[in-house]
Amino acid sequence: MTTYRELLSQTKAEISELDARGAQALDGAAWIDVREADEWQEGHLPGAVHIPRGFLESRIETAVPDKTQPVVLYCASAARSAFAAKALQDLGYESVHSLAGGFTDWKRNGLEIVMPRFLSPEKRTRYSRHLLIPEIGEAGQLKLLESRVLLIGAGGLGSPASLYLAAAGVGTLGIIDADIVDETNLQRQIAHSLDTLGTPKVDSAKRTINALNPDVDVITYRERLTSENIDRILDDGWDLIVDGADNFPTRYLVNDASVWRNIPVVHGSIYRFEGQVTVFKPHDGPCYRCLFPQPPPPELAPSCSEGGVLGVLPGIVGSLQTNEAIKLAAEIGDPLVGRLLLFDALSTEFNEVRIERNPDCPVCGDHPTITEYIDYVEFCAR
Amino acid sequence: MSVVRVPPVLRAEAGGAREVEANGATVRELLEDLTGRMPALGSRVYGEGEIRSFVNVYVDGEDVRTRDGLDTPVRDSSTIILLPAMAGGGR
Repeated sequence: MTTYRELLSQTKAEISELDARGAQALDGAAWIDVREADEWQEGHLPGAVHIPRGFLESRIETAVPDKTQPVVLYCASAARSAFAAKALQDLGYESVHSLAGGFTDWKRNGLEIVMPRFLSPEKRTRYSRHLLIPEIGEAGQLKLLESRVLLIGAGGLGSPASLYLAAAGVGTLGIIDADIVDETNLQRQIAHSLDTLGTPKVDSAKRTINALNPDVDVITYRERLTSENIDRILDDGWDLIVDGADNFPTRYLVNDASVWRNIPVVHGSIYRFEGQVTVFKPHDGPCYRCLFPQPPPPELAPSCSEGGVLGVLPGIVGSLQTNEAIKLAAEIGDPLVGRLLLFDALSTEFNEVRIERNPDCPVCGDHPTITEYIDYVEFCAR
Repeated sequence: MSVVRVPPVLRAEAGGAREVEANGATVRELLEDLTGRMPALGSRVYGEGEIRSFVNVYVDGEDVRTRDGLDTPVRDSSTIILLPAMAGGGR
């Protein structure tokens, strides 16, 4: 009868064992970690592929189809990897090596290791419907969880956008809004409720988001965006901006800052039955000033007394904005860059017009004339 | 006759119409015709021989400023979209 010790030493005699330096000297080697999942999750070698020992024979030909490619196998202390090396030799791999001392010695010698990024079992359950989509999967969900999105406004557009972004697992949401929740908001602003009447919209939205998804870190700015505070807020670091502002001065401030700081803006606006959505991605496409170089005169701005909006319209337009934001954060699909989507709720029609970067744009053009913030006078307060 | 879509902020000037018709082989002719038929609407979009700077005009989805401006050709089957800036976020 052969004991384990005897079998291990026999096997080691039949395979090649290399120390870290020898293994690193191999040209174009595939590094395979044959440990169990819980060991892998506590750190692994850079560039290694994880194939637990039990799956090695069945998966190696997919991972390393070329049997002449050198293979370095490692486990914790070079026992499992020795048996693994023997198995790969039997499968016809020509240059198979077991890493002497395994992961334990590698780490003890202070060589570089990588901590894998992975979703906890709770997050796997919560985001399972995203994980099932190949375009998102675990990598995309991790991107969403690490992304930081700033919402301008927690009103009609900001309500659905903040809820869907939070549900999608966008890790950090900033919300700027100076307003208080009142009864007239509840016809459309679904982040707020009777329970939060009279409280700041940013606090009300934060409460709703926390109840929906505690993974999301909500940073609130109970203030109106101006040239005085915009740099302080943007200095907090945002990957993208979802603009649901209700006035032209803020639209232009957000645009100019986003161009100078190279932050994509998902733009949405609504009036009565109609909405517009686009993505302003600095230098890849037009900016808001390419489309409208300066605010319209008061007689062409929507009259406030004639205003009004169908309650569900911001739900539709804010959700379209969220769709763009999620795609940008997960780096998938074709964002609405250079295209302005027009939605008419009465006829249920979508139209799209092409918008181009204007080389003479005063902000993103070749010879910009606007280089500092402009506080336009707001001619339409509500 | 081409179809001109009237944006919501200009509908009062079009008697509430969502779409109106206008004639012309170019954008200039079409806007002149529109201004003749509906002076209140036309003058918001077109004046002193120019498209107002706060309005974008699209012929079949293309901004006429990126094509031939007022000389951009218009066909009978064309749809013209008039687009002034909108700011609303539904506060």
